[in-house]
Amino acid sequence: MNIYRSHVLVCGGTGCSSSKSAEIMEKFQEKIEEVKLDKEVQVLATGCFGLCEEGPVVIIYPEGSFYARMTVDRVDEIVEEHLLKGRVVRKYLYRESAKEEKLKALNEVDFYKKQERVALRNCGLINPEDINEYIARDGYFALGKVLTEMTPEEVINLIKDSGLKGRGGAGFSTGMKWSFAAASKSDQKYIICNADEGDPGAFMDRSVLEGDPHSVLEAMAIAGYAVGASKGFVYVRAEYPIAVHRLEIAIKQAKELGLIGNNLFNRAFDFDIEIRLGAGAFVCGEETALMQSIEGKRGMSRNKPPFPANKGLWGKPTIINNVETLANIPQIILNGPEWFKSFGTEKSPGTKVFALGGKINNTGLVEVPMGITLREVIYDIGGGCPNGKEFKAVQTGGPSGGCLTNLHLDTPIDYENLTAVGSMMGSGGMIVMDEDNCMVDIARFFLDFTVDESCGKCTPCREGTKRMLEILDRITEGKGTIEDLDRLERLALNIKETSLCGLGQTAPNPVLSTIRYFRDEYEAHVNEKRCPSGVCQSLLKYIITMDCKGCTKCARICPTGAIEGKVREIHIIDQEKCIKCGACVETCTFHAIIKK
Amino acid sequence: MSRGLDVRANERHFVELKDYIESIRDSQGLLMQTLHKAQEIFGYLPIEVQKFISSELDISLAEVYGVTTFYTQFNIEPKGKHKIGVCLGTACYVKGARSILDQLAKELDIEVGQTTADNLFTLEATRCLGCCGLAPVIMIDQDVYGKLEANNIPEILAKYRD
Ligand code: FES
Repeated sequence: MNIYRSHVLVCGGTGCSSSKSAEIMEKFQEKIEEVKLDKEVQVLATGCFGLCEEGPVVIIYPEGSFYARMTVDRVDEIVEEHLLKGRVVRKYLYRESAKEEKLKALNEVDFYKKQERVALRNCGLINPEDINEYIARDGYFALGKVLTEMTPEEVINLIKDSGLKGRGGAGFSTGMKWSFAAASKSDQKYIICNADEGDPGAFMDRSVLEGDPHSVLEAMAIAGYAVGASKGFVYVRAEYPIAVHRLEIAIKQAKELGLIGNNLFNRAFDFDIEIRLGAGAFVCGEETALMQSIEGKRGMSRNKPPFPANKGLWGKPTIINNVETLANIPQIILNGPEWFKSFGTEKSPGTKVFALGGKINNTGLVEVPMGITLREVIYDIGGGCPNGKEFKAVQTGGPSGGCLTNLHLDTPIDYENLTAVGSMMGSGGMIVMDEDNCMVDIARFFLDFTVDESCGKCTPCREGTKRMLEILDRITEGKGTIEDLDRLERLALNIKETSLCGLGQTAPNPVLSTIRYFRDEYEAHVNEKRCPSGVCQSLLKYIITMDCKGCTKCARICPTGAIEGKVREIHIIDQEKCIKCGACVETCTFHAIIKK
Repeated sequence: MSRGLDVRANERHFVELKDYIESIRDSQGLLMQTLHKAQEIFGYLPIEVQKFISSELDISLAEVYGVTTFYTQFNIEPKGKHKIGVCLGTACYVKGARSILDQLAKELDIEVGQTTADNLFTLEATRCLGCCGLAPVIMIDQDVYGKLEANNIPEILAKYRD
């Protein structure tokens, strides 16, 4: 094996790939061969580094130099200066790491300082398409340990002791779940990895699968041993081609090395894993619907009990864990429950991965200990809102969660606290909004999504959410009344109470939490017919400013003749006649017409 | 409705699909996988293909049709030459994805889910594409365009027009 003196790590996650990181990697390879360094320097594609905002990202080790916003034309200079002459090219480094005289190490920059990487420990560090790199980072050691040194009960007790809770949203104890399935008697049991990332604005699971697929496979085999299952399925969204591809490679490599298959570690334990693709149905993130989908049916949820741990896939006991939950398991086995509990809070130990996005400076993927405050995540790590705009709200939990405000910035993040303030942990989407976002519009956005995605089986969810959406439509169009707000709230509570599955039970949350914390915005919409943030189209007015030169162009183009005025005099729009088509704005050469 | 698939002209494709079905016969829950493969082969899932799958897998056509239409990724209508996916994930939405979508709809003179009369473009809304750092984002075929503003749209579309 060749020993290299330097490694060039190019991010091959989805974000950076979209900005052509593959071309950058090729160029590095080419140039390195050209200057004959290819025996000394290795170029690798890795998973996501997390700081997607600054992508495409390249890190060169051993220095740990963090080159941000890379382009193909910078490659030549970096190879010649850095790799050939050993001089770091400061001007291309991530701004913060080069700010001071001495270069900052990666883990010292603000974005990474407060992070704690457990589930993401290998993401961005190893080549996900090479099982040897995973093994070099203690990969499959945990599986070896449980198979050779532990009984299934010991494994389950260890996971119980660690206090690990499902990272997919609801936060149920993983060890408990396993123990239920272990207790059910059956000739066949299944392990399912739920990689059907539901939240429309988040990408945690995808990044783990793209950056460290083996950690998930290893954990599935461990779960299989613990509960007595010999078959696993990864149910992954078909919209994640890179993740699917890397999973396929990972499964193939693990099979070749005998880490998946029959008689693992020479024990009487077989475990096989298959990939199954979803096809774009949000409800399939729900356990019972997901199993229907794997069986090849429409993904519709059913009543629980019976719980999957007793009667799941094809009627057999089944464990369903989400990607991030699984990624924690090998580490817990190797380091012990006490180590795991040293992160986070008493009730919610460990870390949580969040996809930080929206109106925030450092968009990206972060993993933080539970109990950290929203302020730390949004300001210290995320760098606050861009362009000096004022922070308004942060949405957690996607379509099942809610919006939190200034008031909650110092609330420690854990399952209990977020639920208490009307949101939820969810899978980890965290979207920041500033003064320009209208909260009524955001509530409408999420509801529109759930109406679309409701599987249609139970009435409260199918019909109820539709009625809520109609009311919200009315409000955003300026036709709402103050009674509509009460009606919304009443409907919302009913739907929460009576829906069949988690989708319907949580669908009203975005509406309820925005009414709770931003009632004044709703009231402005219904009482004053005004959208304070200037988002809701029908509530906007077109106004001609003092910049008008009186050229009459707008008056001529207006389809309803709503604009009046003499040549070389300021024109006026008759609001009664205006149909808000925007034609005047486009013709005005003086930018004198504004929306307000 | 779609124009109907010329079964004769597509014989080769049916053979390919049949081979695939034979190769996975041993595993359970074949329908979803078969539909994925069929869509890959034919580009969409016209009724003729659904009938074929129904008889091959011995599942009623009603069931096949039910599953096909339940999942948004399966299409029963053919698509345009270029697929435009506008990300309406939360991160993109709060950064103005709506106006990008409106602009595209206006420019192409179609609504979401439709295909232009010349069969060149199909306009769709998608969920998070995984590059929220570039929000708002659209994807045309395999190319991603990020940090967009509504007035970038004509220029981007022009690239695919010739
Ligand atoms: S929300 Fe659009 S890329 Fe993530």
